Amino acid sequence: MSLTSSEIDGIASAAFEAIAAAKDLDALKEVRIAHVGDRSPIAKANQSLGSMDPSARAEFGKVIGKAKGLITTSFEARQKVLEEERDARVLVEERVDVSIAAKRTPQGGLHPLTILTNEICDLFTGLGYRVAEGPELEAEWLNFDSLNIPADHPARTMQDTFFIEPLDSHLVLRTHTSPVQMRTMLEEKPPIYVICPGRTYRADELDATHTPVFSQVEGLVVDRGITMADLKGTLDHFARSIFGADVKTRLRPSFFPFTEPSAEVDFFFNGRWVEWGGCGMVNPKVLRAAGIDPEEFSGFAFGMGLERTLMVKHGITDMHDIVEGDIRFTQNFGSGLR
Amino acid sequence: MKIPLSWLREFAELPAKCTPELIESAFVKVGFEVEEIVIQGADLTGPLVVARVESIEELADLKKPIRYVGLDCGEGSIRYVICGATNFAMGDLVVAALPGAVLPGDFAISARETYGKTSNGMICSARELGISDEHQGIIVLPANAAAIGSDAIALLEINEMIIDVAVNPDRGYALSARGLAREIAISLNVPFKDPALHDYLAAHKATGANPIQVKIDDPSGADFIHIRTLDGVNVAAPTPLWMSRRIEKCGMRSISLAVDITNYVMLELGQPLHAFDADKISGGLHVQRAGSQKEFVTLDGLKRTLTSDSLMIADDKKLLALAGTMGGLESEVTDSTVRIALEAAHFDPISVAKNSRSHKLSSEASRRLERNVDPAVASVASARAAALLIELSGASFVGESTDGAVGKHRVITFEPQAISRLIGYEYSPDQISGALTAIGGEVTKVSESEWTLTVPTWRADLEVISDLAEEVARVNGFDLIPSRLPVGRAGATLTPMQQRKRGVGQMLANLGFSEVYNYPFVSPEMVKTLGFVGPRAASFRIANPMSDEAPLLRTHLLPGLLQALQRNLSRGAKDVAIFEIGTVFRDTAALAKVGIIQTASRPADDIIKKIYASVPTQPLFVVGVVSGSLDRKGWWGKGRAYDWSDAVSLAERIVLETGNRATIVQSDLAPWHPGRCAEIQIDGKPVAHAGELHPRVLEELNLPPRSVAFGVILSELPFAPTTTSVPVLTMPAAIQDISLFVDASVPSAEVEEALRTGAGDLLESITLFDRYEQAGDARVSLAFTMTFRAPDRTLTADEVSGFRLAAAAKAIEACGATIRD
Repeated sequence: MSLTSSEIDGIASAAFEAIAAAKDLDALKEVRIAHVGDRSPIAKANQSLGSMDPSARAEFGKVIGKAKGLITTSFEARQKVLEEERDARVLVEERVDVSIAAKRTPQGGLHPLTILTNEICDLFTGLGYRVAEGPELEAEWLNFDSLNIPADHPARTMQDTFFIEPLDSHLVLRTHTSPVQMRTMLEEKPPIYVICPGRTYRADELDATHTPVFSQVEGLVVDRGITMADLKGTLDHFARSIFGADVKTRLRPSFFPFTEPSAEVDFFFNGRWVEWGGCGMVNPKVLRAAGIDPEEFSGFAFGMGLERTLMVKHGITDMHDIVEGDIRFTQNFGSGLR
Repeated sequence: MKIPLSWLREFAELPAKCTPELIESAFVKVGFEVEEIVIQGADLTGPLVVARVESIEELADLKKPIRYVGLDCGEGSIRYVICGATNFAMGDLVVAALPGAVLPGDFAISARETYGKTSNGMICSARELGISDEHQGIIVLPANAAAIGSDAIALLEINEMIIDVAVNPDRGYALSARGLAREIAISLNVPFKDPALHDYLAAHKATGANPIQVKIDDPSGADFIHIRTLDGVNVAAPTPLWMSRRIEKCGMRSISLAVDITNYVMLELGQPLHAFDADKISGGLHVQRAGSQKEFVTLDGLKRTLTSDSLMIADDKKLLALAGTMGGLESEVTDSTVRIALEAAHFDPISVAKNSRSHKLSSEASRRLERNVDPAVASVASARAAALLIELSGASFVGESTDGAVGKHRVITFEPQAISRLIGYEYSPDQISGALTAIGGEVTKVSESEWTLTVPTWRADLEVISDLAEEVARVNGFDLIPSRLPVGRAGATLTPMQQRKRGVGQMLANLGFSEVYNYPFVSPEMVKTLGFVGPRAASFRIANPMSDEAPLLRTHLLPGLLQALQRNLSRGAKDVAIFEIGTVFRDTAALAKVGIIQTASRPADDIIKKIYASVPTQPLFVVGVVSGSLDRKGWWGKGRAYDWSDAVSLAERIVLETGNRATIVQSDLAPWHPGRCAEIQIDGKPVAHAGELHPRVLEELNLPPRSVAFGVILSELPFAPTTTSVPVLTMPAAIQDISLFVDASVPSAEVEEALRTGAGDLLESITLFDRYEQAGDARVSLAFTMTFRAPDRTLTADEVSGFRLAAAAKAIEACGATIRD
């Protein structure tokens, strides 16, 4: 048997046509058997070389080899194209609606009071304040007497303060976090820079703006040369950090037994002045009760209700939301991550 | 205190035009909060006229008395109106709103048909005009108060600004027109005319016929008292309109001339006064304590129980008044009173406060006396009231008696520069002396650095330099004070416990728990339901709880959390996971008793120690409760209920996260399910409990079955030492499984520990992967996977099966296990 060059060309052409016509990988597999495999015409042509005249074999071998190479290349190219088409189709088929994965993981949250407390503590630790805490069930002397609130003071009646039985235990649920200030002054020597967050208690009925159990944060600084200007600057910084850089504050003269001069601090937010808390220069009587010489040291203190701060900051209109423990309220604030 | 602008204007030269904004900011600037400013009459338009009652026709057969009244309104003809009140008679002067008038509440007056008559206007009550709460009948004007048909709006001075000022407790003197006028004059820097400097009785000399004498028997109760006796009082004389209207504008009621005069003078000068019927006084008056007398009837008719130290006014025979608080019924001024003894005293504020508090009698008088009134004004106020009684009721001045003395002016020596140093603003000498003069003090400059201030009598609160600094700062304005940010100490950081608290909260929030804050008030029923005993039943009790049902302080966070769980479920939530971090209170240790401790200086160290020891230790807990699933059901399939094992594992996780090693042991602590409660221990000491809640508890609290809870005592977890790193081995691991039978009562943790011990040092990890219990079999099958790894070589199969056998041998020996093959 012998083949002519044109016959080889015909085999190759037929193979090229068949490869190009294969629509999918299955069809290409058929083409491979018919035109590329061991039983294909080109393979058979190659096998026929052995029976050829040796003088023609070399030249004709080149022709067949070249045709075989071209068929294989064409086949592989087509296979690659078809494989890519298949892969693309599968990915399209495997498409999902990713939006249904929304909120798949369970949602929890920190109470916004915790988030706010953390924010305030971080702010003040950044200013070099220690975070001081103390017991909620507190000695009457630390809550009242030592803070220049004498026995006959109106705040010390049963209408305002929760007393513990028997009354001669002299224990109260602290009405402010100020006893933590007194403890700090009794335990440490100036300079003192502390911020005192915590739960506090006053015998008010729960309504939209009051709760008998609430949270306060107080600050205390006792150092040499501390002035009311330092108090004002600290409150300005505090207010701007919590309510935004353009918030304004003002001090109004007021009265508290443990400070002199005393002031109320307001801030201007959303077009109105909002009462924020009380503050002043630590009363020398209080310094003396703690064993600090008011001739050598002066100090300032301030205190705010956190619920009120929270209500203004986040537009909470009803105290019930803060105290009732409804998970929807807490979850709305998330974990405070920023 | 409420004060009409006209009264302030009488003593302070206020600008001709005063807006509410101006008045408010002026008061706020000097430290007086303004609660409210109302413009009385702003919502009232006339015609409102003075009318005389010309005829009264009582309409018959109606459910209530109705009158058809003929009024002369100065119009030349009689105007008829329907009226439901009956407190007037023919010839009385009344106030009539004519058609076209609009009364407060947008109440337009027009002619209308009613009760079969045409009513051509309305006779007004004080409340209808918005000038007082008085609605017991219509206003009857004093005879000859004004011409018929004249404008009643002007007559009643209805159009006026009324300012409600909050007065701080150290400023008793400011509960008066005199005090508030002084403050606003200071604030606006306008002249002030002190009404206390006027000699009110200059024209009236004593007639000298046996005035009532007074004696302070107990000097601790009062330092000064002044009694003026008046005779020939016509108690029936009417209170003039200018007086009753001012009293009403201040929020009080006009009652009778004698009472109105004492109230008017109190509102004007700040000094409470009391009028006794002098004919009811036996002998003289005394300031004394109640002593052995136990009962007293006040003028409101109530019988009061006294304590021996109640401060009283008495005569030679009996008690007459609860000093500074309320008079007695017996010596009250009545219709038949002819002689009056006017009392003005400077009582001890604390004694008055006690009187008012022990009888829940916060009167206008006690409110002022408690806050310290000007001792020097007592005599002036008494003279002012006496002069008014003479002028308005035709009385004559009999004479006076005083005891005690008005204290001398206090003089404070101070260094003016110290004020600037405390405030942080450099005040000029003029600013300092100007401020201290404005408040009524006298400044003397001894040298540049030594000044003295003669303190005004009404400022008992001014004692030391910081008090003076406040005056200088507020009079000059707080807005002068600059803003400076001091920085504290380097190295400020959260304590380890504060970091722990934060970390645990963050962890739980990230796991899907919601944080709540609960009230710590607990009912005895809840304690019983939860089955608390021992330390957890040792509650502190609040003497004056918000609710008598919940007088106990929490010994655990569970009560509040379970209530919050109930609330969430009742609002429709299905899956609830909540936690709280907070302190609990347990009355378990003997506490030190402290008595009265001075505050003038630092108490001795042993006293401070005792104060601290009088306060119980208050442990910090984190507690969580879960009902339903955290891994909820959804499009992905079924949810998985959060069960006892999740709770135990979470409690364990918290302990592990703090760097501690936890041991889980079986427990049966209430309110957990006795078979599904784990106790977590560190070195044998319990630090946490977790598991499923007792079915009975859940049922009683109406909570879903299988709800779980965990609680960890954060303050009981030791702070672990620095972690030592374990080398990470990289040679191949060899894995061996082992299945064992043990008696069902043997905890898996014990079997695991035995295997761990037996397996040797090359055991890297061991995990329980199956637990199988067959009904009716006392044994349980446990299957573990053990992973072995050597640091330096690949382990051979023979080595590893040797380890497995050694582990099994230990489990057989220690736990009575049998190998299951």
